[in-house]
Amino acid sequence: MLAARAGAAGGGVTAAALVEVEGLAKTFDVSLPWLNRVAERKQRQFVHAVDDVAFTIARGRTLALVGESGCGKSTVARLLVGLYAPTRGRVIFDGVDAATTRRPAAIRRRMQMIFQDPYASLNPRWKVKDIVAEPLREHGFAGGVPPAASARESRQRIDARVEELLASVGLAAADAEKFPHQFSGGQRQRISIARALATEPEFLVCDEPTSALDVSVQAQVLNIMKELQARSGLTYLFISHNLAVVRHVGDEVGVMYLGRIVELAGKALLFARPRHPYTRMLLDAIPDIHMSGRARTPVQGEVPNPLQPPPGCAFHPRCPHANERCRVERPALLAIDGVRVACHAVEERRI
Amino acid sequence: MAAPLLEVEHLRVEFPGRRGRLVALDDVSFSIAPGEILGVVGESGAGKSLTGAAIIGLLDPPGRIAGGEIRFEGARIDQLPYEDMRKLRGRRIGAIFQDPLTSLDPLYTVGQQLVETIRTHVELGAAEARRRAVRLLQETGIPAAEERLDHYPHQFSGGMRQRVVIALALAGEPRLIVADEPTTALDVSIQAQIIALLKRLCREHGAAVMLVTHDMGVIAETCDRVAVMYAGRIVEVGPVAAVIHAPAHPYTAGLMGSIPAMDEDRPRLLQIDGAMPRLNAIPSGCAFHPRCPHAFAPCTSARPELLAAGATHAACWLHAPALRAAA
Repeated sequence: MLAARAGAAGGGVTAAALVEVEGLAKTFDVSLPWLNRVAERKQRQFVHAVDDVAFTIARGRTLALVGESGCGKSTVARLLVGLYAPTRGRVIFDGVDAATTRRPAAIRRRMQMIFQDPYASLNPRWKVKDIVAEPLREHGFAGGVPPAASARESRQRIDARVEELLASVGLAAADAEKFPHQFSGGQRQRISIARALATEPEFLVCDEPTSALDVSVQAQVLNIMKELQARSGLTYLFISHNLAVVRHVGDEVGVMYLGRIVELAGKALLFARPRHPYTRMLLDAIPDIHMSGRARTPVQGEVPNPLQPPPGCAFHPRCPHANERCRVERPALLAIDGVRVACHAVEERRI
Repeated sequence: MAAPLLEVEHLRVEFPGRRGRLVALDDVSFSIAPGEILGVVGESGAGKSLTGAAIIGLLDPPGRIAGGEIRFEGARIDQLPYEDMRKLRGRRIGAIFQDPLTSLDPLYTVGQQLVETIRTHVELGAAEARRRAVRLLQETGIPAAEERLDHYPHQFSGGMRQRVVIALALAGEPRLIVADEPTTALDVSIQAQIIALLKRLCREHGAAVMLVTHDMGVIAETCDRVAVMYAGRIVEVGPVAAVIHAPAHPYTAGLMGSIPAMDEDRPRLLQIDGAMPRLNAIPSGCAFHPRCPHAFAPCTSARPELLAAGATHAACWLHAPALRAAA
């Protein structure tokens, strides 16, 4: 336990932390309706989608969260931007608790989100200029300093800003008059990015922003995201199931399994020396594109049902190193050799 | 070399529409040898799934084969009557689709579906067919196969369902399996299991595979040869190692460069600007020329055929020495 506290302090508050997450948890009630429960004598059921997640992201850096479907990574994204209210825990943005602040709008305009599906996240009935300008209007950008003298001036300001935003993601000013269906998936995702950048946020939460895109288009979008970060010092939480993409964009990487972070480490360290057996397994599962003949251990088993997670370490049924302790005691995220890992075997130096 | 199992020559698929015909596949030719695994890779809209659908005779109307030939074991199959094609499909040519849930009937148990498939294609009694179904499920690595036979598809996880679908595809002991994105709907850790399984079973059963996917990693792990498609045509075809390590077509090179690598750090990914053209606006000449960094005069006017380029064949004028010298 001592090591745990040392880890939390060591990796916790640093001077430049923009986002701090402490003991974040989200539980969903997935019980049957009351009448069915009574008639069928069923218990209430809860999914612990996110449990005890903690991390910090330094200003201008990228934390990548990776995991398989159902591991809770998208729930973390939604908790961070306030689309879900946390069951427990806190999100602290630039020193302010996002849940209790008296001016939530002031925080919200500083963080934005990019969603996975560029077909579902843009209103098909709106022109691109209205889509990109929506956050500007919502957050009163048109007011500006000095305040716009007339409605006409405020409109002109918005149009100019939209043009600037479209240019920053490589779209033409003429595209502002078009509708989303006139664009390809990659272009739509760039419109989403332009919209997210409208209020000049410092923090972008990107939930699988390239998963719906083809690889050549994915490269375009990833390049734009990196350029924007280099230019304006953006901070990203980047969520993906694709380890190669995570390796490309992340500075730090968090690996999630069944609602918890099982390993959190700098990118170089994590990919050079993965500690948690699940991280190793994920790395092993990536097809070897360069056919270097790297030996691969086939992965065993499947992700368990989140309604009945295994006791102890949730990964123990699939883990080749599991012992009795793993089956009963849940490992805490400990600082070990410069990384943070939740594994008894690593702690006991068995692996 | 043995006679090819499947030969596709100058295949053309059209969709008639109000504003004229859309040519979705144009002049697609390739062959698959017995026991060979051919990968077909490309981005969405390239026509790779359509090629698979044309071979197994499951083109969605109004799409139709407007030209060319498909020969299976030496006999033409592209003009077979519906009933004959239906018998061939499943018995001689198996199919695996992307989403295992839509390939299975939710109202029947997995066992009923397997037994029905087996008895449609092979003359067997009910008990013998059931024994065979259990054996197939065991081969695909489903634990407690005997019990699982009486379960419904919704009681299986995604990975397990795809195993059932593979068992179904193998039920008729086909010579060729057309697998359309068999791992795309699955998580990475499950993906690797399914790819290994597909590869092992096809080798054991002596079936050739046409593996349609957008994932170069899967191709690299699985295939003997690969065909790269772009805008309804094959732009490069050759042995997997050659195509991956020394791509001859600029599109293939761009595609490879845009994949983030696991073993090296690059500040920027190679990107191919623009997007694949729509079917109603395919550029003249080489369809890739507006996005190609190496395009020169002939590319805008004349369409290149597949030309020998090192160990592969590429549809690119860069590999026509006479033209290059002239330029």
